[in-house]
Amino acid sequence: MTSTRSVNPLALNLRAVVGRAYPRIIGANREPSWVFFDAILPLLGIAAYVFIYEGFFRAPGADRTFANAMIGFVVLGGTMTAFWMNVLWSMASQLYWEKEMGNLQLYMMAPMSRMALLGGMALGGMFMTSTRAIVTLVAGVFVFGVHFDLANPLMILAVFFATLVALYGMGMMLASLYLLYGREAWHMSALLEEPIFLVSGFYFPIRAIEGVGAWGRAVLFGAAIIPATLGLDALRQLIFPGFFGGKFWLLSVELEFAILVVLCVVFLVLARVSLGYLEMLAKREGRLTSRHQ
Amino acid sequence: MDLAVETQQLTRVFTQRRKIFRRRRNGENGESEGPVTALDHVDLQIRDGELFGLLGPNGAGKTTLIKILATLLLPTSGIAKVAGHDVTKDPLPIRLKINMVSGGESSGYGLLTTRENVWMFSQFYGVSSKTAKARIDKLLHTFGLWEKRNAKVRNLSSGQRQKMNMIRGFVTDPDILFLDEPTLGLDVNASRVIRDYVKSWVKTTAGKTVLLTTHYMMEADELCDRLAIIDHGKILAVDTPENLKRRLKKETTFRLEVDPLKDTSRFKTIPGVKNFSLKSDGGASLEKLTFILEDEAAVSDIVSEVVRQGSKIHHLQKTEPTLEDVFISMVGRSLE
Repeated sequence: MTSTRSVNPLALNLRAVVGRAYPRIIGANREPSWVFFDAILPLLGIAAYVFIYEGFFRAPGADRTFANAMIGFVVLGGTMTAFWMNVLWSMASQLYWEKEMGNLQLYMMAPMSRMALLGGMALGGMFMTSTRAIVTLVAGVFVFGVHFDLANPLMILAVFFATLVALYGMGMMLASLYLLYGREAWHMSALLEEPIFLVSGFYFPIRAIEGVGAWGRAVLFGAAIIPATLGLDALRQLIFPGFFGGKFWLLSVELEFAILVVLCVVFLVLARVSLGYLEMLAKREGRLTSRHQ
Repeated sequence: MDLAVETQQLTRVFTQRRKIFRRRRNGENGESEGPVTALDHVDLQIRDGELFGLLGPNGAGKTTLIKILATLLLPTSGIAKVAGHDVTKDPLPIRLKINMVSGGESSGYGLLTTRENVWMFSQFYGVSSKTAKARIDKLLHTFGLWEKRNAKVRNLSSGQRQKMNMIRGFVTDPDILFLDEPTLGLDVNASRVIRDYVKSWVKTTAGKTVLLTTHYMMEADELCDRLAIIDHGKILAVDTPENLKRRLKKETTFRLEVDPLKDTSRFKTIPGVKNFSLKSDGGASLEKLTFILEDEAAVSDIVSEVVRQGSKIHHLQKTEPTLEDVFISMVGRSLE
């Protein structure tokens, strides 16, 4: 060949991340209606739990500080729900959709790292979902009157970002499964959606699961693999300190943060390894290019 | 001589996929679907700077070959090299030098504008934004899409979308471009714009190679320096269009337009008939027959057979061989 190509891999992959994040970020501006469907409507589901706790703690003799904490739990859970839904339906399944749209083969033919592709998807997804999360938090403060204690903002931010990275790392790992199994992996997302709402304690203190007996501890142990579980528990500890004398906390904040950091590394490494392996399998079986399998 | 593409005994067999949630699906008659050989020991050499065509009917193996060369599919056996690198062992340096455009593809996102969409794909190749935008603007003018630069992709017509796909293919300035039926379903003008640009790109830019698959004979004849005729995964011939047609010079091509025939099987048994094809336009009243004759005297037997079946001959012409005639001569049927 007459020309030789040399591209700085770091520059190439950073450009790829920005390039892939762009449609998600710009898409948010192009179709404002999604704010109503993705940010405003989910508030109704959260409101239902808020009214349950509100009604319960209005009883004579009930402590209003508990009401604030419980409603705050729900608001934080609603915030994390947005990210979990995004990871499941827009992150994990995205490679399947890309194949259906005819984009996957163009992505796989490009010289960028596959992690850059997934990283761009994750970054764009986080940006979009943050809008829903912010709407939920703002509604928590102004509509439901929740008071957040932000005494340790650095730690709150650290836990929040560690949770997001671990969560999206998990999504990247799940995305590789879609690469091989396509539409059949759909069942997996459906299977993970509602049970995780329960076992991650999105709308109640996670330790309450212990109340179901011996199985409760096993469920708690399993749920700890989901970054949302640990992240939510740590954030709640930081924002609502001293709730019920700490009886409902899972582990200490420091330990939960450390586990989240480990999960970040584990999920990202697993995503890279599984994506490489499953891409090879998909190329062998001809699944990168054919649609409607 | 530098080779842009080289394959040795390249074979690709598709076997039935395993389903994790579904039972194994059987064919219409209940039998299990067997393996399909899409490429069968293909040996091919494409020179650097060449515009090379792959001519074959649907299912011949053209797209499979391109997908292997584009590092999207692994061969079952054999070797495929692009720009000197093995597609199986060393795909990254290949990916830096190639791009691919398929006919009728729907790449990108409908929410993005034409310009944004092409820019996004350029980023996956590490092209700086400044360079990418300059190239995009130039190509938008060349392909007559400048007016649609800020239109959302979902609002483009299929012809405009295909022009955008072509721009996506050229924006990374590849050394080797795979074009898989790039003018499929396009109108005459859009096809002309694409063909003209591809031709001038290869001829005026040093070291650029194009592998074009098509089943438009005229397109292959007009564009390609050399052609391979492929059918059932096998390469039947490789040569320049002129040389391929010259092979038929010692044979004679006759075209007939006749009323619908009851039975065409007898034509094959007439002495001197090498091959023939029949084209019928569905409900049309006339059928078009093309005969490749080793012995010109056979034409009288053909005419007799048509008359014997009670059919009327509306048109009879002896013609210079075309690529289509070459194809009929080798494969025994028409491309379309």
